[in-house]
Amino acid sequence: MTIDLGMPQLLANGLAGVPALAADAAKQTKKDFTSDQEVRWCPGCGDYVILATVQGFLPELGLKRENVVFVSGIGCSSRFPYYVETYGMHSIHGRAPAIATGLVTARPDLSVWVVTGDGDALSIGGNHLIHAMRRNVNLTILLFNNQIYGLTKGQYSPTSKVGQVTKSTPMGSVDQPFNPVSLALGAEATFVARAMESDRAELTTILKAAAQHRGTALVEIYQNCPIFNDGAFDLIKDRTQQEARLVRLRAGEPVTVGTEEERKVLVRGTDGGLVFVPEAEADPAAYVIHEPGAADPSQAFALSRLDTADMTHVPMGIFRQVERPSYDDLVRAQVDGAQDVAGGPAGDADLDALLRGNDSWTVA
Amino acid sequence: MSSKTVESIDRVVIRFAGDSGDGMQLTGDRFTSDTAAMGNDLSTLPNFPAEIRAPQGTLPGVSSFQLHFADHDVLTPGDAPDVLVAMNPAALKANLADVPRGATIIANTDEFGTRNLAKVGYAANPLEDGSLESWHVHGLPLTSMTVEALADFDLTRKEKERAKNMFALGLLSWMYSRPTDATENFLAKKFGSKPEILAANLKALAAGVAYGETTEEFVSAYAVGPAPMPAGTYRNITGNAALALGLVAASHRSGLPLVLGSYPITPASDILHTLSSLKRHGVTTMQAEDEIAGIGMALGASFGGALGVTTTSGPGVALKSETIGLAVSLELPLVIVDVQRGGPSTGLPTKTEQADLLQAMFGRNGESPVPIVAPQTPSDCFDAAMEAVRIATTYRTPVFVLSDGYLANGSEPWLVPEVSSLPALEVEFATEPNGVDAQGNRVFHPYQRDAETLARPWAVPGTAGLEHRIGGIEKADVTGNISYDPDNHDRMTRLRQAKVDGVTVPDLEVDDPSGSARVLMLGWGSTYGPIAAAVRAARKAGHAVARTHLRHLNPFPANLGEVLAAYDRVIVPEMNLGQLALLLRAKYLVDVRSHTAVRGLPFTTTELADVITAAIEELA
Repeated sequence: MTIDLGMPQLLANGLAGVPALAADAAKQTKKDFTSDQEVRWCPGCGDYVILATVQGFLPELGLKRENVVFVSGIGCSSRFPYYVETYGMHSIHGRAPAIATGLVTARPDLSVWVVTGDGDALSIGGNHLIHAMRRNVNLTILLFNNQIYGLTKGQYSPTSKVGQVTKSTPMGSVDQPFNPVSLALGAEATFVARAMESDRAELTTILKAAAQHRGTALVEIYQNCPIFNDGAFDLIKDRTQQEARLVRLRAGEPVTVGTEEERKVLVRGTDGGLVFVPEAEADPAAYVIHEPGAADPSQAFALSRLDTADMTHVPMGIFRQVERPSYDDLVRAQVDGAQDVAGGPAGDADLDALLRGNDSWTVA
Repeated sequence: MSSKTVESIDRVVIRFAGDSGDGMQLTGDRFTSDTAAMGNDLSTLPNFPAEIRAPQGTLPGVSSFQLHFADHDVLTPGDAPDVLVAMNPAALKANLADVPRGATIIANTDEFGTRNLAKVGYAANPLEDGSLESWHVHGLPLTSMTVEALADFDLTRKEKERAKNMFALGLLSWMYSRPTDATENFLAKKFGSKPEILAANLKALAAGVAYGETTEEFVSAYAVGPAPMPAGTYRNITGNAALALGLVAASHRSGLPLVLGSYPITPASDILHTLSSLKRHGVTTMQAEDEIAGIGMALGASFGGALGVTTTSGPGVALKSETIGLAVSLELPLVIVDVQRGGPSTGLPTKTEQADLLQAMFGRNGESPVPIVAPQTPSDCFDAAMEAVRIATTYRTPVFVLSDGYLANGSEPWLVPEVSSLPALEVEFATEPNGVDAQGNRVFHPYQRDAETLARPWAVPGTAGLEHRIGGIEKADVTGNISYDPDNHDRMTRLRQAKVDGVTVPDLEVDDPSGSARVLMLGWGSTYGPIAAAVRAARKAGHAVARTHLRHLNPFPANLGEVLAAYDRVIVPEMNLGQLALLLRAKYLVDVRSHTAVRGLPFTTTELADVITAAIEELA
C-alpha cells in the first residue's frame, strides 16, 4: 500500500532555514573560515587548492559561521574539517554521509557539508553514499577524487585505472573503476557535477550551485596526489591539450570540445549513441543540447559515459540539477504534521495518556 | 450465564500452540489482555520460529504463546503448562514434553488426519492410541465447529477456517471466566474495514464461549481471582513497548528531541515500529540502509543536540562497533539498545540469550569503556531506558541497554508512573567560551571536563563562538586538538575510563530475609524472574538463600565486592557460558559459581531451585 504524502511545497534553496548573517554584520572573509590548526597535507597536494577555494567561497553564502558544519570520513581529504573555522566532525571511514544525514535531519538550521575521497565514498562508504543520494538528503558532498589511497600510502582505489600499478597492484589493477558521475546518476542523485581542483573559478561556480541545491549535491573534484599518483590529471591540466579534451557542459547549449579552430560538436548518431563530429560536418538539428534540468537522467548519463580512461574526452560541469523534495524536509514534515494535527507539541498530559495506552485498568 | 459450576484456583499456566499461520500469538495476546483487565498478575512467553510461514503442519512451523496468571505475584511465565491448546499434531508433538502428566490438553481433532500425522512422524493418532492416557485430553473438532458456526456467512471455507483461533479463544475465555469485551473491541478496530470478516470473528468467539457453556466435555469453569497489587493505573506491556516508551519519556523529561536511527532486526524491530508511530511526541525515526548507518544517523543527531538512539540485536552491535568507538572518542550522548538473541552469527533470531555482555563490555578496538544497563523484567525496560539516557546525557557517553528476546516479547502488568514522578533529566548545552588561549583570548575548549562527572561540554552547532572540530583521532586533553603525544594518549585513555568508572550507580541491595543465608543467587537482566521465583520456592522449602540482581553491568555498584565476599557461595545463573561470572572473578577474585544454559529459553523455576538446594546441601 502507498499513500499520498501530501507533502509541502518544494523548498527551492538548499540554504533555506539556515540563519544568514545580520545585515549590519561585518563582512566575512576567507580568514573567518580559517581555523588555527596547522594544515598537514603533503607539499603540492591538490587538497590545499580546494581548501583555499572553499574558504574563499564560504563568505559568499552570507551564513552565520556557527551554522555551517563539515563532516568527513577517513583519508587525506577527510582532514579538511580541522582547517575550517566552523563546526566539524572527522568521523570514521566511509560513514560521513550517514552521520551527516542524522545531523541535518535533526537540525534544518545547519548547512551541512560532507568531505570525502574516492576510497572513503566509493569503497568502504559506497552504501551510505548511494543511499544519501537516492534519499536526496540536503547535503553538499565534496568527493575529492585522486584515484589512489593516499593516507595508507599508495594502494589502488575504486577509481584507479585498469592496469594501474600501485603498491597493492604490482602487476596492474584488474578492477574496473567506478565513474563517480555515472554512479551518482544511477543512484537517483538530483545534483551531480564534476570540477577540477585547479580551475578555481569553475569550482567556485559549481560549489555555489551545489550549496544552493535543496537535496544531495554531489561534486566530484579531480585532485592530484603528488606523492602516490602524481600527474593523474596532467592531460586535462596541460593547457596545450586541455581544450581538445575537456568537455565543458553549459546548460542550454550544444556540447562541444576543442579549440575554436578545431571545434567538435556532440550529436546523436543514427544508432542513438552520442558522437563528436567536426562542427562543419554536423547537422545543427542533431546537436545534443545539455539539459541538466531534464527529468529523465538518460542524457546526463550518456554524457558521463563520454569519459574514457585515456581522457580523450572528459566532461566537466553540472551534469544534472533537478528538484525533488529532500529527505530531511519530508521526515520533518511528518513529525511537524503529526504535532500540528494534535494541536502542538506533546506535553505532560499527552505523555501520561501515551503511557497509559488504550487498555489500562485501575486498582483501587 | 453458564449453569455450570465455577471452581476457584490460584494460578494457571496456559500454552496456545499451532501453526505459524494459525494466529496463536494474537490469541495469546488477546487472552493476556483480557486476563490483565481481570486484575490478575501475569507473565507471558511467546515462542515462535524465525520463518514467517514454515511449511504448514510441520514441527519447524510451530508457534506458541504461554501465559501464567495468578491471584498473587507472578515472577515467570511458568515452567510447565497446566493447559496446552494444540491446534495440530505438530503443535502437540513439539510441546508435549513440556506438559506434565495430569495436565489438560485441548486438541483440534480436525487437523489430526493421516497426512498431518505423517508430516510429524506419528504412525498412529496419539489422541486415539492411548499414548496420552496420563493427560486429560479433550479432542474437539475446532475447525469444523467454527465453519459450522459461520455457515450463514458469505465467506470461503478457508476464510471461515481462519476464525478457529477465535473459537479456541472463546472456549478458553469461558473455561477461565474471562470477559471477551476487550477482544471484541480489538476485533472491531482490526477488521473495521472488513465487516464480514469482523462479524465472522465475533461469531466464532461467541460460538467458542457458547460451546464451553453447553458441552458436556467440560464439567466446570475456573476462576482465578485478582492479585493484590499496589493501587494505581495498570496496563499490560511488553519489554519492547516499555523500552520505546522509556525513550520517549526520557525525551520529554530532558527536552531533547528523540532521533532513532535503526535497521530492521529481530527481535528489536518492534521498538522501531512503535517509535515510528510516535511522531506526535516529536520522535524522528530513520530506517537506515544498514546497521552502521543507523548508529551513524543517531550519532549525527546527537552531535546536533538531539537524543540519538539506535536499536538492534547482537549481529547489529557487531556492525556498529566502530561507530560506538567513535562515540566513546567524541564523548557524545548516545543510547544503543541491544535486544539480545541467540548467537553467534545469525544464531537463533527469535530466541532469547544473554551472550552479548562481553561484546557490549569489550567489543571495540582500543580501551573503549561504555556503561551498560540491563532491564530485568518487561516493564522494567521503561526504567532502564530512562536510566540509560540519564547516564548518556550526564556523562556524554554512549550507553548500552542490554535487553533480550524474552523481555522484548514477554509481557506483564505495569503500574504506569505519573509523568510528574519521573526523574527530570536536565541537560545543559555549552553557551560560552570556557578557556583562554595563549594570547589571552577567550576560547572554547571542547575537552575541558566537568570536575565532578569528567563530562566534556556539549556544544551544539549553531552556538556562536563555540565552533570546534572533533573526531576519532586522539585529542589533546582540554583543547581537543589532534595529538599524538604519548603522555597525552595515556592521560586521555585513563580519563575516559575514569569517567565511566565514576558513573553514579546505586548500591546493590540484597534480599536476605533470614540474615543467615550462606548462598547468594546473583543475576542480571531477564533472569530476574526465574531467580526470584526459584529463591521463593527454596525459602518455602525451608532453605535460607539470599538474592540480588545487577542492573548496572558497567560500572558495577560500589558495594558489589563486599556483597560477594559476604557469602560462602555465590551462584550466577546466566543464559550464556558464564560471561558475568568471568567479569566478577576477574575484578573481585571471588570464586563465583556459574550456572548456565543457552537453550534459547528462560530458566525454569524448578531448575534454579534445584541449583540452590544442591549448593546449600554441598555447604552443609
